Amino acid sequence: MARMATRQRVVISTIGAWLFGFLIFFPILWMVLASFKTELEAFAIPPSFLFFHWTLENYVTVQERSDYFHHAMNSVIIAGGSTLIALLIAIPAAWSMAFSPTKRTKDILLWMLSTKMMPPVGVLVPIYLIYKTVGLLDSRIGLVFILCLGNLPIVIWMLFTYFKEIPRDILEAARMDGATIGRELVYVLTPMAIPGLASTLLLNLILAWNEAFWTLNLSTSNAAPLTTFIASYSSPEGLFWAKLSAASTLAIAPILVLGWFSQKQLVRGLTFGAVK
Amino acid sequence: MGQITLQDVQKSFGPVHIIKGADLDIADGSFVVFVGPSGCGKTTLLRLIAGLEDVSGGKILIDGKNVVDTPPAKRGLSMVFQSYALYPHMSVRGNIGFGLKMAGLPKDEINRKVEAAAATLNLTPYLDRKPRELSGGQRQRVAIGRAIVREPKAFLFDEPLSNLDAALRVQMRIEVTRLQKQLGTTAIYVTHDQVEAMTMADKIVVLNGGKIEQYGSPLELYERPANLFVTGESALQRGAATIGVRPEHLRIEREGAGGWQGTISVAEHLGSDTFLYVDAGPLGMLTARYIGELSLHAGDRVSLVPDPQRIHRFDDGGNALRG
Repeated sequence: MARMATRQRVVISTIGAWLFGFLIFFPILWMVLASFKTELEAFAIPPSFLFFHWTLENYVTVQERSDYFHHAMNSVIIAGGSTLIALLIAIPAAWSMAFSPTKRTKDILLWMLSTKMMPPVGVLVPIYLIYKTVGLLDSRIGLVFILCLGNLPIVIWMLFTYFKEIPRDILEAARMDGATIGRELVYVLTPMAIPGLASTLLLNLILAWNEAFWTLNLSTSNAAPLTTFIASYSSPEGLFWAKLSAASTLAIAPILVLGWFSQKQLVRGLTFGAVK
Repeated sequence: MGQITLQDVQKSFGPVHIIKGADLDIADGSFVVFVGPSGCGKTTLLRLIAGLEDVSGGKILIDGKNVVDTPPAKRGLSMVFQSYALYPHMSVRGNIGFGLKMAGLPKDEINRKVEAAAATLNLTPYLDRKPRELSGGQRQRVAIGRAIVREPKAFLFDEPLSNLDAALRVQMRIEVTRLQKQLGTTAIYVTHDQVEAMTMADKIVVLNGGKIEQYGSPLELYERPANLFVTGESALQRGAATIGVRPEHLRIEREGAGGWQGTISVAEHLGSDTFLYVDAGPLGMLTARYIGELSLHAGDRVSLVPDPQRIHRFDDGGNALRG
């Protein structure tokens, strides 16, 4: 007998799904709540969930002590810049590998992926010393460069898979229809690749925004993005939960909003090959 | 005009010879079907004519002009792909009109031609839909519309109906044949379906192992198969030579009536026809066809008597012996 989607079953699985979702979301919710508490209440045991003295003083303090907008701007430049440069390099690379592969293409792809298997800390010292020598420490260009290199393998892989999904027949049909390479690119290939390009861009933007290892190690103040901004609240002055929470909330807010508005595009892009 | 001539056309991929020297004359306005088993080179030959692959040797003449160095779009041919290959982001109108747009025709002329083509193919109500909103048969019609709207010298069809279900396939088969006759445009059609080949073609090209085995009208091929591959019929090994008899040219008799004796292993009762698959011992399996219903069943013993006028004889290389 086929499994029936009875009302009872639907209700139970809906409640289960919401509970599970809430469980995953809870730490973020707790952080946001803590950012509105006073330092004392943030520590209080038992903790109060909603009935505490709501205050914005943490946000004010955070902005006074360290310029949020300066760090946010750095994040935008570093994440945006590294993503755009990575795309500029990756599009032609993935394009040629997808549409005119050689017998080495598979090896090259695997080699690219293998660079992501190395722990970054393994090359921290040489990179740090190189950056120090050429004067790239605590510079936006230096961070754009390192994040771009770090994410490039993933960007190329993603684009390669999308381009691979575009049926050859359609390109050949365009050739039969009299399209030159240039027009084939403009009228046929690019419109078909846009969902893939968009989701690659979004995913890379999120990865670069949240990247903490290199940004923490290679920047201090001038080029410091929001990750460094959060970190500056965790160690030197002991544990100020409420201020740390306020800083973290501010740091994740932009990317959360971006992710929320583009979730349809992201999901569509990530399941492009699977469902058609 | 759309006269296509192949002169010793060859194609190799590295050391592998796919097409081993094909010579062919396709008259203007005729419907030519390439048949053969998978891997015989029929699709490759079509793609060579289209210009999607470059020849390794030989000439392809369209209306007397050698086109081997001409890019696909300049050859004046249009192609219908097995996968339809519609542009997913364009409407039906955009798909059909794309070739005209590339040719730089003015907008109102494109619209007029697209609408005329759509009317011929009953696609008018769907002009503003995207391919994903259409059924398989409709998509196929859009692909055909894209081909006819450019008024090419010839249509190239690459197994265009193989993704459709059986009923639709028959309907589209008739529609394509009717359309081709109506337009009078040369058509080359690749298929592995013998029924499509027999019903649609003016001339059939039988390909096997990269060579043209036979070129003739469907009935010529049926009456005088050039070799064993062409017949696809019951073949009996007799010493070094082989004889072949078509299933409908075997008379079914009671056991002991002469001819070849055997046991029915499977009987297919289609109502209009009865097919018997007979295990004839040392002769192997024979297929016999009876027009109408015949109440024989698996396990029954029968005699199969061949029509002596319709026995085909082949040498040990599988080529027909005439005389």
